[in-house]
Amino acid sequence: MSVKYLKETASQTAGPYVHIGLAPHQAGFDIFQNNFDNNMVSATTRGAQIIIEGRVFDGSGSLVRDALIEAWQANADGRYNHPGDRQETGSVDPNFRGWGRACTDFETGLYRFYTVKPGPVAGRAGKVQAPHISLWIVARGINMGLNTRIYFADEEKANEADPILRGIELKKRRDTLIAKPSHKDGKTIYTFDIVLQGDNETVFFDV
Amino acid sequence: MNDLVSHAPPAFVKEGGNPYPELFRRDYASQSPAYAPIYKTSVLRSPRNALLSIDHSVSETTGPMFGQNELGMLDNDLILNYAKDGEAIGPRIIVHGYILDENGRGLPNTLVEFWQANAGGRYRHKNDTYLAPIDPNFGGCGRTLTDENGYYYFRTIRPGAYPWRNYVNSWRPAHIHFSLFGNAFAQRLITQMYFEGDPLIKVCPIIKTIPDEEAIQRLIAPLDLNASVPDDTMAYRFDMVLRGRRSTLFENRLEGN
Repeated sequence: MSVKYLKETASQTAGPYVHIGLAPHQAGFDIFQNNFDNNMVSATTRGAQIIIEGRVFDGSGSLVRDALIEAWQANADGRYNHPGDRQETGSVDPNFRGWGRACTDFETGLYRFYTVKPGPVAGRAGKVQAPHISLWIVARGINMGLNTRIYFADEEKANEADPILRGIELKKRRDTLIAKPSHKDGKTIYTFDIVLQGDNETVFFDV
Repeated sequence: MNDLVSHAPPAFVKEGGNPYPELFRRDYASQSPAYAPIYKTSVLRSPRNALLSIDHSVSETTGPMFGQNELGMLDNDLILNYAKDGEAIGPRIIVHGYILDENGRGLPNTLVEFWQANAGGRYRHKNDTYLAPIDPNFGGCGRTLTDENGYYYFRTIRPGAYPWRNYVNSWRPAHIHFSLFGNAFAQRLITQMYFEGDPLIKVCPIIKTIPDEEAIQRLIAPLDLNASVPDDTMAYRFDMVLRGRRSTLFENRLEGN
């Protein structure tokens, strides 16, 4: 006989109208006083402010314009704003929760996060993880939220030592997780497209 | 319904240890596969490569936290939270239950968000063109935080069924969407609650993507007359379970050093 545990509730698709519950402004109405959105920073958040921007594609190369994406990340020190983070270096930034929620635009398919670049984070068994942002993607047609990570092209050395990236054998696959920087109007924008299926399919994780 | 077994933390968990150890691995046997052709939209939106399994680090075992001060007084009352010149139309219901982890522990202070169609099966969404009318007094969304025991409740109207384009003549059973956070980003989950006795449950392609009949049954909320308000509001009970947590002490540690 094995130990009896409860079972995780079955996931179901977020559906085409996910915006009603999680981003009512995108659905076309205003109901809550306080809305959760894609702006993860305030003027007092520590660290280098950046923009993450990209699109989501399906297996035919078409834009997925009804996706909802959430980001979870450490702050500029590499610390998560959560009591389960027991790292001994750096400190929590009271002006940074480290979480945001974005929708792909119904017309352009673009999503965007306003955030700070995270610092490196402790990995298992004494290893260090390169700066990264965890993403969770839901939409109509996605039965269970997809998990992936954004890494940064300008962190080459850290990326080479990252235990997760090292676990991806093919360079072409590894590259799907690397966001490339560009600069516009004094802002740093990292582009991160997500391909749900096909030739350049993004690496998704069983976390 | 859920079997409410309670597991106390094992005795060997030390004082001062990380209260948020790594999570149980996900049991895919009771989860829909990504590619499920009876739900046609999944065909082009499902990865073809196997998911890459990764050990949990602090990036997976932590997650966002929310406070009561971020929510409004009526956020958990869908009958009133969009009322303009009257109340939402439809059968008045309370939905309540517990958010637990697989260890059977209630998850306190965690954000629960929900959204649904109105009593006629129409969503307040710019992309919904179903001919049933919009209810001017019903927004169709709400949110709440669980209490210290993982308990949540909200008031709404019972949503209607509606047609959708999958097969010709596909109808979604009445349902309420739920979004759950737990206390780790790897517990993040979206699901749907159905209503006991709805004949559309058996023929719904989205429900049929779930390979495990017991997992389907757990998505069906039974009527709960003991929680109903006489002469006013019926109640449905819906418990949800997020991934449990291991008690790791003896193997390679979650965090370095």
